[in-house]
Amino acid sequence: MKAGYRLFTSFCWVSALLPVAGVCGLIAFLLRQGWDVLGLKLFFGDTPPLDAIFGFAPVWDGIWPACFGTLAVIALAGLTAIPLGLFCGIHLSEFPRSRFTGLLDFCVNLLAGMPSILMGLFGFALILFLRHTLMPNASTGLLLSGFCMGLLILPYMVKATQSSLAGLPDDLRLMGAGLGFSKSQAIRHILLPSAGRGIMGGVVLSIGRAAEDTAVIMLTGVVANAGLPRGLFDNYEALPFFIYTMAAEYQSPEELQRGFGAALVLLALTTGLFLAAHGLHNAMEKRWKRG
Amino acid sequence: MLAILLFLLWFSLPLCNADALSKLLAWDWRPFQGQFGILPMVAGSLLLSFSALLLAFPVSVGICCFAHGMGPAGPAALLMRFVKLMTSVPTVIYGFVGVFVLVPLMREVFRSGSGFSWLAAMIGLAILVLPTIVLMLHSQFMIVEPQVKLTATALGMTPAQRLLHLVVPNSGRGFATALVLGFGRALGDTMIPLMLAGNAPQVPGSVFDSIRAMTAHIALVVATDSQSLAYLSLFACGLILFLSSTLVNLGLQWLGRPDGRKE
Repeated sequence: MKAGYRLFTSFCWVSALLPVAGVCGLIAFLLRQGWDVLGLKLFFGDTPPLDAIFGFAPVWDGIWPACFGTLAVIALAGLTAIPLGLFCGIHLSEFPRSRFTGLLDFCVNLLAGMPSILMGLFGFALILFLRHTLMPNASTGLLLSGFCMGLLILPYMVKATQSSLAGLPDDLRLMGAGLGFSKSQAIRHILLPSAGRGIMGGVVLSIGRAAEDTAVIMLTGVVANAGLPRGLFDNYEALPFFIYTMAAEYQSPEELQRGFGAALVLLALTTGLFLAAHGLHNAMEKRWKRG
Repeated sequence: MLAILLFLLWFSLPLCNADALSKLLAWDWRPFQGQFGILPMVAGSLLLSFSALLLAFPVSVGICCFAHGMGPAGPAALLMRFVKLMTSVPTVIYGFVGVFVLVPLMREVFRSGSGFSWLAAMIGLAILVLPTIVLMLHSQFMIVEPQVKLTATALGMTPAQRLLHLVVPNSGRGFATALVLGFGRALGDTMIPLMLAGNAPQVPGSVFDSIRAMTAHIALVVATDSQSLAYLSLFACGLILFLSSTLVNLGLQWLGRPDGRKE
């Protein structure tokens, strides 16, 4: 029996070290391969940076268009998901439970567990549908991607709003009633400002999700070499997709290097966002712990 | 929200009439000869997810035990933080590194095929679902452990004895939830199967064979093909995925409900 416990102990140590070693190795590998290319040249190639940022000159061998596409998708997704998620979360946490809220709750959970590629497929089907009915020349593009991405991150938003409102002490709700506020006034002026940090944490977390997901945009309008998008309905490039194409069909060592650079940039972006969300969440919890 | 879900269903349902369905539920995928069976992909998805779970689950249990008394406190806290950080690594980066590290490794070590194989995708997926399982188990252990800690210490149990005989047997529901959650995550992921598994539409004979998952199938067919029945197969895959994620969700709710009532 003693040997069994010893075996168990060593098993725990091994399995604790295994993923740490794996992920550290992953990051070290990326850093070693991609460190040299990090710099302005990685983003803008040979084009002067300012011209590239404002779109005066096309960027041929930099990842700026991909970065821009990612940022644009994030912005559009945020526009879709943040207001909708906010109100949905408020409804779920502050209004009396009923059949409808139960159903809504279930739907949010369902949406949260949905594979991201289904969102992409949904967007794709939407375009097919529009082509058959209203707009015969509808095609995939930035707007559609943003919308589908918004759907993908919506449950994260809802959950974050819901849990940070639910984590507030009851005194605050009583205070609203005591001051003679109506329910919506209380939510607007007391609860939302107090839960602000938690909700911001949710926003940042869902932005991180939107930045990393590849499957959605793959089906809804990302292409390998589009340059900067000319409008909301145009195709575009994005960082995760860029990394994917580089892995599949790079043509020269320089391109591969750029792939590693892009992977590093994306990793830094999502890790940074995640840490920010975590920090906000912790700050929120600390603030209301007494209550 | 509801509208969104209904919309999704509505798009997939009419496309699956009985006549096409029989064609789709076959074992051959040869688009140029008019055979559009999606069963290999279904099997591929299931095999991949289960094997990844098989790989990730013991390691996750080990990690959780490490964090709850088997390892020193400092590294344990650090480890949990690290696992949380792992959730933020984009899947495409796992795939990317997998292509340049794991796949050549497979090729060298096992000397079979191109290295894009079931095994490579399995390892990638296992790393992906690991944090999901660990965090779920961790939260379950957090509930169970304080309840038994005092008793166990009073009985003179070592941490290993406490974990093996008290904590683990008492968190069965947590184990089940973690498994279901991990399964849903593994089934739904696209990038790792797409980049690492080789994507040959076949039922693999060994772990070194190429395999194609439903998610990867959707991505591939949208990218390349435009024949009508091929599209149908897409929506059929989508529907299956949708149904399975619904099932996973129902399972989770079913697991969560009695737990909530008990407290």
